[in-house]
Amino acid sequence: MNFDLSDEQRMIREVARDFAEREVRPIAQEIDRDARFPHETIKRMGELGLMGILVPERWGGAGGDTLSYAVAMEEIARVCGSHAVVMSVNNSLFCDPIHKYGTDAQRGRFLRPVASGHEIGCFALTEPQAGSDATNQHTLAVRDGGHYVVNGRKVFITSGREASAALVFVQTDQAKGSHGISALLVEKSRPGFLVPKTEEKLGIRASDTAEFVFEDCRVPVEHRLGEEGQGFKIAMASLDGGRIGIAAQALGLAVGAYERALAYARERKSFGVPIGQHQMVQWMLADMATAIEGARLLIWQAASLKDAHRPFSLQSAMAKLFAAEMAMKVTTDAVQIHGGYGFIKEYEVERFFRDAKITQIYEGTSQIQKLVIARSVLGGKA
Amino acid sequence: MKILVAIKQVPDTATQVKIAGDGRSIETAGITWIVSPYDEFAVEEALRIKEKRGQGEVVAVTLGPERAKEALRSCLAMGADRAIHVNDPAFNDADTLTTARALAAVVKQEQPGLVLVGRQAIDDDMGAVGGQLAEVLGWPCAYWIMEETIDADGQTVKAARQVEGGLEVFDVPLPAVLAAQKGLNEPRYPTLKGIMGAKKKEIKDVKAGDLGLGADAPQLSITKLEALPPRPPGRIIDGDIATAVKELVRSLREDAKAI
Repeated sequence: MNFDLSDEQRMIREVARDFAEREVRPIAQEIDRDARFPHETIKRMGELGLMGILVPERWGGAGGDTLSYAVAMEEIARVCGSHAVVMSVNNSLFCDPIHKYGTDAQRGRFLRPVASGHEIGCFALTEPQAGSDATNQHTLAVRDGGHYVVNGRKVFITSGREASAALVFVQTDQAKGSHGISALLVEKSRPGFLVPKTEEKLGIRASDTAEFVFEDCRVPVEHRLGEEGQGFKIAMASLDGGRIGIAAQALGLAVGAYERALAYARERKSFGVPIGQHQMVQWMLADMATAIEGARLLIWQAASLKDAHRPFSLQSAMAKLFAAEMAMKVTTDAVQIHGGYGFIKEYEVERFFRDAKITQIYEGTSQIQKLVIARSVLGGKA
Repeated sequence: MKILVAIKQVPDTATQVKIAGDGRSIETAGITWIVSPYDEFAVEEALRIKEKRGQGEVVAVTLGPERAKEALRSCLAMGADRAIHVNDPAFNDADTLTTARALAAVVKQEQPGLVLVGRQAIDDDMGAVGGQLAEVLGWPCAYWIMEETIDADGQTVKAARQVEGGLEVFDVPLPAVLAAQKGLNEPRYPTLKGIMGAKKKEIKDVKAGDLGLGADAPQLSITKLEALPPRPPGRIIDGDIATAVKELVRSLREDAKAI
């Protein structure tokens, strides 16, 4: 067992950290306050290769591994949760499935511009009635010659406003239920592809969360990813990988908040001593440091299994569950250690607290992760 | 044009330096090592010269222990074409002159048109190797470079060095040694592609014998390192403003001798 990163992984971590510290940190507060999408830094992350880490070079990516992706994600999220979620969705939920299931024509058209960071991709699975109940898809795609005609509505789509194309899950055969779901690659520019609304959010405010409406939107059959009826499998496989990204995002948020709490505990005095000398604060810091390390090890394990092409669904669910719950607890305690100042925006730690909440919800709620884990440990027999 | 960039691996700027048990070196356990920041300016400038001229080769070289390879790999990830590692226990106690002689031997083998260095390494702040290297080679040298322009046929470089309140501009015949100052450029981040590609690039290990060098005893040896005395605490002058200001002025004049 070896817990050391390789030279490449270490250098990727350093680049992500330097970039986050020097380019992202100066704008992180402002983009959160104004809910402004950071085009300038996302573009530069693309140039560095952070938007298509797992994609081979020939398709515009960096040709890196999942562990590199996880350590880079932690470093970006340690400074800004909004940058991290844009990066996570682009890598895990758009690039990964197209690379895995796409034809070369689809890879050239949809993957290359997004993996190289020139454009942004998004993933449209959730519908008003289909969240955790993801098989309950109502968006319909009806075959008409060489096209599908798509009608329906998708909600809570990360990067939905800024993306140039979406991986959209549709029902191509309602009678077959989840086996009738297919995945379509749809450019935003197609007639009938509408983006009526962007949400106001508690956290990750600089990333845009949009609603899609499809009104007789015609999509060529050759833009279907995988086979008809394979859509749900593609969605679930993408989310298995995505959970490593979100777990690493949660980890980074926790680290960012913990480091601030640690610094504050050293400098803030009460009763004549730095508050870090009070046992109750020490207790919180010890719990935070331990939980962070535990989450990191689960994430690195899931990433290493994926890189070794071994089953990793269970481990990525565990990593995502543990990291998200840990991030919520750690960011809450980080605010607590700051006392009243933690509640004030100037001290930044409240931003991590707000950003952490969504990690318990998206790409499978903590409850869904428990369901996945329970089914796995019970052997699907309960 | 072939450009050789001499770099040094140093502790990260955020390191809390502790003196080791022997009293003459620092505790290296737990240190994060980086390419000395002034050397990064030198690497960046070399890459820009190559890109501007549309051809050439950038070779990174360092003298140091095995771990110094990490620093060379960082240079390769930024875009250097290959690297040379002068890696020999014979150089464990190398002073700046020994280092300069070893680098000069590499320069003689490689025959670059230009050598770039940082104006000093940020660990021991000697700022001597570039000048000594030029002296050993018999080449001209300019330090604290803020701007440089090489003429089209690669015969001379116009180099502007930072002096108090302005720039001093020289025409320097090539080959020469230039030492980079902060402000020369903004070093690029290595791209992930560059990082992944770095492992395919050559890092050549070189021993003292390969350079035709014996183990000269260093001319300079460190006898002792001392920690800086802790900073004395600040002083708060109490009392009403008029009295406090009088006391402040007196203290600045008589105790601190600042005015």
